Amino acid sequence: MSAEVLAGFSNDLLYAAMAVYALAMTCFAGELAFSGPRRRVAQEEPVRSMVPVGVGGSGLPEYVEQPATTGKLPGRSDRASRLGRVGVSLTVLAFGLHLGSVVARGLSAERAPWGNMFEFSVTGALAVTGIWLAALTRKDLRYLGTFVVLPVLLTLGLAVAVLYTESAQLVPALKSVWLVIHVSAAILASGLFTIGFAQTVCFLVQEHRERAFLPKPSFMDRFPAAAALDRSAYRFHAFGYPIWTFAVIAGAIWAENAWGRYWGWDPKETWAFITWMVYTAYLHARATAGWRGRRAAYVALVGYATFLFNYLVVNIWLVGFHSYAGVG
Amino acid sequence: MLDTRQDGPSALRPAEFARWSWRQLTSMRTALVLLFLLTLAALPGSLVPQRSVDPARVAQFVDDHPSLSALYERLSLFDVYSSPWFAAIYLLLFVSLLGCVLPRSRSHWSAVRARPPAAPRNLDRLPVHRAWTTDEEPGAVLATARTVVQAERFRVDSLDDSISAESGHWRETGNLVFHLALLLLLVGVAAGSLFGFRANVLVVEGRGFSNSVPAYDTFTGGAAFDDGSLAPFTVTLDDLAVRYQKDGDQRGAPRDFRASVTYTTEPGAPRQRAVLRVNHPLVVDGTKVFLLGNGYAPVFTVRDASGTEVFSGPVPFLSRDGNMASTGVVKVPGARPEQLGFEGVFLPTAVLDRRLGPVSVFPGLRLPRAVLSAWTGDLGIDDGRPESVYSLDTSGMDRVTGASGQPLAQSLAPGATMELPDGASITFDGVRRWAALQVARNPGTRPALLASVLALAGLMLSLFVRRRRVWVRATATDDGRTLVEVAGLARSEGEGREVLAGEVAAIAEAIRTTTTPRETTRER
Ligand code: HEM
Repeated sequence: MSAEVLAGFSNDLLYAAMAVYALAMTCFAGELAFSGPRRRVAQEEPVRSMVPVGVGGSGLPEYVEQPATTGKLPGRSDRASRLGRVGVSLTVLAFGLHLGSVVARGLSAERAPWGNMFEFSVTGALAVTGIWLAALTRKDLRYLGTFVVLPVLLTLGLAVAVLYTESAQLVPALKSVWLVIHVSAAILASGLFTIGFAQTVCFLVQEHRERAFLPKPSFMDRFPAAAALDRSAYRFHAFGYPIWTFAVIAGAIWAENAWGRYWGWDPKETWAFITWMVYTAYLHARATAGWRGRRAAYVALVGYATFLFNYLVVNIWLVGFHSYAGVG
Repeated sequence: MLDTRQDGPSALRPAEFARWSWRQLTSMRTALVLLFLLTLAALPGSLVPQRSVDPARVAQFVDDHPSLSALYERLSLFDVYSSPWFAAIYLLLFVSLLGCVLPRSRSHWSAVRARPPAAPRNLDRLPVHRAWTTDEEPGAVLATARTVVQAERFRVDSLDDSISAESGHWRETGNLVFHLALLLLLVGVAAGSLFGFRANVLVVEGRGFSNSVPAYDTFTGGAAFDDGSLAPFTVTLDDLAVRYQKDGDQRGAPRDFRASVTYTTEPGAPRQRAVLRVNHPLVVDGTKVFLLGNGYAPVFTVRDASGTEVFSGPVPFLSRDGNMASTGVVKVPGARPEQLGFEGVFLPTAVLDRRLGPVSVFPGLRLPRAVLSAWTGDLGIDDGRPESVYSLDTSGMDRVTGASGQPLAQSLAPGATMELPDGASITFDGVRRWAALQVARNPGTRPALLASVLALAGLMLSLFVRRRRVWVRATATDDGRTLVEVAGLARSEGEGREVLAGEVAAIAEAIRTTTTPRETTRER
């Protein structure tokens, strides 16, 4: 297949993926809407209950631990639940199409498919879906469906509508194995941060509701308790942070090879540093009494904002060595 | 005597614990505030042009906003990252880091060698707990428990009726390594900026330079840099090949640069060849030569009114747009009776646009043209004032006009000559390319790299090693059986109960099956 045919194929797959994502999102939204508000029964921590199982010969009670109530929510209506499962299946399908699009793009350009902003966005969105689907095999994160697929769709929309760049070879500055290493790490970390961000938002809403005396019934009742959301958000951030650190280090090694200085306070570098510092502060905030919970969550939101700034504003408006966005 | 170690899950006495937490809390707070401050301080440098990044943009900004610039200058806003206030924040941060990490290293050192804390009195109050009874002797149960837990790579300590096990000291070790590595990073960065240097030089094909301060167009050495430490190599640029995208919406985007060079490591040493590409510097004696940019240097020959050749050679022009339309000047101080100056635009692929005049439509050499205009008079280069080789000071000069009285300007193909009315002439002989090279040595790079790798390794340990304690107690019951309890406590951030619960369940199961092969266990 020629490069152009592959590039066209890649675009077709991308549009198909977007259509399926949109369907999936409808399902997830439907699941939240149709399951109807219900008082949450699950406890904030799956609670350990000690049940005496009879008195042994010693007169001591023998204990056995009750199976912990999982984060799963009891009483979810079947119809809504089915919608959610359909949503997941559709997301898997969309992910397949999306992956195909990225691979075709890479084959068409004969290089890693993240050489300009369009490609970075498309591959980054793929990472978000991929991470979520992977996490779904281990944890019940289905409640996040809408909050994952929506940013993915927005990113893809932005990519095709604003950032679109024809498939082509790279400018010489980008021809390096470090492009593969540095950018893939950045993409993976930003995928993790994106999901951490979605969970942090959910946490803040949930936490607000839990502090209210009698919160209004809402679909948030179906979400895990604030403490569980907070812990899960932390895990995504804690996973993303070393990868981001690695991306920054790899970028510095590349800069040393390309420009003869490993750090030059170019706007892109500066903002990568700022993002790193804010997430560092987030980790520290969680370890600092008085900053846990809500305040730490705000720091995480700021971290994500600095990441978005780097991706959207710095790439396009602030000039620097890294002017490869390819946006005309 | 009261054994204080029995008091709680923590090994520390309450007073000690309080003091320890207080210290931790206050210093971490400070560190947090400093982290935020440094983040804020890094911001303006990305919005205000920086001298270290792009001096030309700073100059432009100063021209455009003179009064604002004065304020910025006073606040070091053009040099944020070398400003005193930026340095103050990061130095404070590192002091805080040191003040925090050193005591922590000491207590970690003793914690690693200390015995795991004894089992709390009521194991069933711990977050994860399992219990059953068996016919086995308590001593035998504990012996088995010890092997099981040791096999899980816990450190174990035995007491009368229980064993205590602890795992995950690598978490804190990693954390300390991470923080200490940051200090090493600071040292590396400081060494680089003290002892390193960076220089730029523009070299036309066929020419070269030697690694010496006068040979460079710009040179920045660190505070402790010694000119004598420059390695005595020379580099000649033999050929610069450039390839551009030929079609599509990125037509004209550069695709490949290759600079073929010949170099010698010291005078008299054998000549060696190398190809320099973007991302592939030439390394000579620890000094790296990078290819950063390129451009065209049209070659001109100038004769004055008497017909004498007064200038001949390539003149580097600077690119003005993506299609490499480039501008430059030719100064001929040796021309008689008056000095000559030419202003030119070089177009690698020239097209005459109806509105814009001559423009370049492709950066490669397809239809090269040099468009020149001429000046006579005093070039103003003899009075010792600094002057630019890229612009003409026309204050002491007159524009040469043609027969019609219009200013003389002509578009020349390679080989063509423009005649001036007085008999002088300029010939556009052809084009060479030039390469912008950066030469740099940074002795801090290796320490900085080492520090980064250590930091990353430490970080992974500190985030992913789980610190936890497990206790097993075996007590004889009145009816001659043995009550076995296994309990666990997670001691790291962000950890749910499930992982530890799984681990404790596995340990309990292993103890149970090993100690009680018979079907007498009474747990349901
Ligand atoms: C350049 C400044 C600093 C950076 C980049 C930094 C970075 C980090 C990182 C990434 C962690 C891991 C977080 C975690 O395990 O959850 C951490 C943990 C920690 N840092 Fe720092 N740190 C800095 C300064 C400091 C200072 C000045 C202190 C002491 C006052 C400090 C005390 C701690 C402590 C106690 C932890 C353990 C918290 C925990 O286990 O969660 N850090 N630091």
